[in-house]
Amino acid sequence: MSADVTVTIDGMPVTVPAGTMIIEAAKHAGVLVPHYCYHPSLPSPAVCRMCLVEVERAPKLLPACVTQVAEGQVVHVNSATAKDARQGVLEFLLINHPLDCPICDQAGECELQDYVFQEGRGSTRYGEYAKRFNPVEEFGPDVLYVPNRCILCTRCVRFMDDVAGAAVLNVSERGDRAYIGIAEEQLLDHPWAGNVVDLCPVGSLLSKDFLHKARAWDLDKTASVCPGCTQGCNINIDTRDDVVVRFRPRPNLDVNRHFMCDTGRQGYRWLNRGDRIEAPLMREGTRTVATDWDTALDRLGDLLKKSTGSVVLLASGRLSTESLGLVRQLVAGRDVAAAIGVPVGDEAPLAGIPNLALRRERVPNLNGAELTGYVAGTERAIAAIPRAGLVIVVDAELTADEERAIAAASGTVVWMGTVASDSHHKAHLVLPLTTMAEENGTYVNRDGRVQVFQQAKGAPGMARPAWWVAGEVLAGPGPDSDAPGTGAEAFASLGHYYPAFAGLTHADLGFTGRVLQGQLAGAAR
Amino acid sequence: MGYPHPSHPKETVLLSKYFGDPVARTYAGWVERGGYQGLRKALAMPRAELIDMVKASGLRGRGGAGFPTGLKWSFMPKDDGKPHYLVCNADESEPGTFKDREILRWTPHALIEGCAIAAYAIQAERIYVYIRGEFTEPWTVMTRAVEEAYASGALGANVFGSGTRIDVVLHRGAGAYICGEETAMMNSIEGKRGNPRIKPPFPAQAGLFGMPTTINNVETLAATPHIVMRGAEWYKAMSLSSPKSTGTKLLSVCGHVQRPGNYEVTMGTPMRDLIFDMAGGMRPGRTLKAIIPGGSSVPIMSAAEAEDCLLDYEGIVAKGSMLGSGGVIVMDDSTDMVKTIWRYTKFYAHESCAQCTQCREGTAWTTKVLERILSGRGKQADLQLLLDLADNMTGKTICVLSDSCAAPVVSGIQKFRGEFDAYIAGARVPVLAAV
Repeated sequence: MSADVTVTIDGMPVTVPAGTMIIEAAKHAGVLVPHYCYHPSLPSPAVCRMCLVEVERAPKLLPACVTQVAEGQVVHVNSATAKDARQGVLEFLLINHPLDCPICDQAGECELQDYVFQEGRGSTRYGEYAKRFNPVEEFGPDVLYVPNRCILCTRCVRFMDDVAGAAVLNVSERGDRAYIGIAEEQLLDHPWAGNVVDLCPVGSLLSKDFLHKARAWDLDKTASVCPGCTQGCNINIDTRDDVVVRFRPRPNLDVNRHFMCDTGRQGYRWLNRGDRIEAPLMREGTRTVATDWDTALDRLGDLLKKSTGSVVLLASGRLSTESLGLVRQLVAGRDVAAAIGVPVGDEAPLAGIPNLALRRERVPNLNGAELTGYVAGTERAIAAIPRAGLVIVVDAELTADEERAIAAASGTVVWMGTVASDSHHKAHLVLPLTTMAEENGTYVNRDGRVQVFQQAKGAPGMARPAWWVAGEVLAGPGPDSDAPGTGAEAFASLGHYYPAFAGLTHADLGFTGRVLQGQLAGAAR
Repeated sequence: MGYPHPSHPKETVLLSKYFGDPVARTYAGWVERGGYQGLRKALAMPRAELIDMVKASGLRGRGGAGFPTGLKWSFMPKDDGKPHYLVCNADESEPGTFKDREILRWTPHALIEGCAIAAYAIQAERIYVYIRGEFTEPWTVMTRAVEEAYASGALGANVFGSGTRIDVVLHRGAGAYICGEETAMMNSIEGKRGNPRIKPPFPAQAGLFGMPTTINNVETLAATPHIVMRGAEWYKAMSLSSPKSTGTKLLSVCGHVQRPGNYEVTMGTPMRDLIFDMAGGMRPGRTLKAIIPGGSSVPIMSAAEAEDCLLDYEGIVAKGSMLGSGGVIVMDDSTDMVKTIWRYTKFYAHESCAQCTQCREGTAWTTKVLERILSGRGKQADLQLLLDLADNMTGKTICVLSDSCAAPVVSGIQKFRGEFDAYIAGARVPVLAAV
């Protein structure tokens, strides 16, 4: 099976490993074979019959999704015969379809709409017959089923059966009465169930959370990494007018294939908070005054220089490696207790995909923090606050007790963050930070894979990434300063301090990341 | 014997010899009539020799496709260490076909014996007999016969002391036509929805429970004991026309004939003999209009085509149709062809498993267009639409249910276009309410 096979697809010769299906080989030839039931992360039932292609010397059209390439094969995806067959399928799919695109969430990213527009018939021959009708059903906490739009590709059924391992969906009834059914007394509430919405090629399975929220063509999509846990699923952040409206999985065959869990999917609301700190704030006597960044950075430099004794550094595991690494360098050489908080929850694996789960540790950059000198768990750092000469808080998620401990600190408190908290009022200096959606950066996942996330929206007011703040102070003021100006430059500078990252650049990481070799202290966590 | 009427002199009674004989249903009665000698003989033969014998006999699958049986058996891997299965397709549901029912009812041991011979040949220790859900009496008869066969040593861990293990499991269908399709049948036995599977892999590579499997029709299996007992040459000699069609064929004749029923003929017998002699011909004052020779899934033949048609695989193909399952549906001049075709498409629309788009939507749409024509609101363009739909439904799906729905529509429009035109022109009184 390891030998390569050369085939010709729409005139383009391609060489692919033996055993490859025509539909995948065609991608190498730059040809998309229209399809509905096929999905690279699901078993292929070859039922939609949309991917029928003409293979020379075959007696009839063959489904490209389950037909293996053979040496010398000549395939026509866009011959008249193949196009006629597709037009026939599209006509059949449309006769019972409500054509309610103007009110359908899927419009604009609908494969039925796309292919009909591309090569369907211009008008109907179905005439006056009533279309199949079934009422909308609630399948689960976040999933609605609109059966009238369903084309019965069965991707959702196969995902639940073969990938999630929870066979709650089925095809009920026969013939043109068929619809997707749900097992009696069951809900589509599996921790990964939301993927059926992404898998659905039409607007039949919808997310209640996204329902009627935005039109697909109004969305901006940004490649990112889920900030929900140490798995590091690749995602797209979809925004409209700088508001995050949803997370969707972005394919990465080595991390999450095409999927993400519902917890991660729902974890975007904090990125839209309106109560953000938008300007640096300085303590002036008994007053706190807003200031500009030059003044604030000078003040930060002063506070760092003047403070004595031990340092407590409390950071967030959602910070980028760049921010964690450069902030840690602000207090290099001192007696530092640096820590990140690691909230935990139940692990929820996706049964059909090896090494894919919602992880217990619900921070994205636990490994990045450990590689840059932080410990997981804040107990010891909190206990060290009363004796510390300097406390730096970097967007840490704090409990009420922890807030009180910081407010009671006798040393200098520098507080950087995104939203107001109880403790920041007592700080000597407050600096506004960006969230992970507002900057470029990297996370290191549980397997040591460094992955880039890109800026998805603008930052409010004067908020800046923590790596920028630290970089400016480390480089010092002046026109000749070599402080990093971009996330990529900040990442490139990490190697100077942390050998794990030596020589790596954002460009090396691409869209799928790279595993750090032999740098992790322990086994994958 | 013969059932429900005595055998006709023009019949060649082999499988139907004991139809109507209640004693033949019992193990003792069957042994008295020479039963289980074939199995004893087969068990003493090397498997390869047995398979070669069936190959040489020219026996072809009687379920509809007519695939050579010995060749099918030879596709099974040898000594691969995996469990092998034989599935006996007794889900006879093709409209117009009721031959297997009589084998199950009257000669259950002929089937069990044939099953056991085939199982031995393909190294299967377990046989699943998938019996149509509506077959209540055949189910009861088979259940009793299997019990007797076990009690008599014809089935079980050590069949007739040969050291060979052969078990029979009777599996009752639940009323889906599509479960008669061999891969859907395997899914059904596995407890899954009866959807046809994609081939490849073929059943001989990965069939029931993923293991090498052979699926044979009831009539095919019931013929094997005779071949084993009397030899391939004897069987092969039963052929009046094409040498590629050998042996006897049970034909279920229904419709507008005087004596409907099952008739067993030597391959190559003239269609005229079947209709006008054995089945007693048309009702008084009526003339033959059309024949569907192989169950509702095959193209319709006109009376002219049936005139000099020979009943074997090649003879019927030469007339543009197929022998299929052997369900011969005879229609006289009182038949409304449009309504008949509509009734067939309605059946297929009901029975489509809903997997493939063309079949799920096409069978139902075709039925609706025919309803429109029958309700007097058809248009000339509807005929071209029906042909277009049929084209889109032919050769494009996993199984042939879709093709089967399209076949009578295409042949009906070709051969009886005047009747369609009459409805469309308003020259015929509508027979259906407006849809």
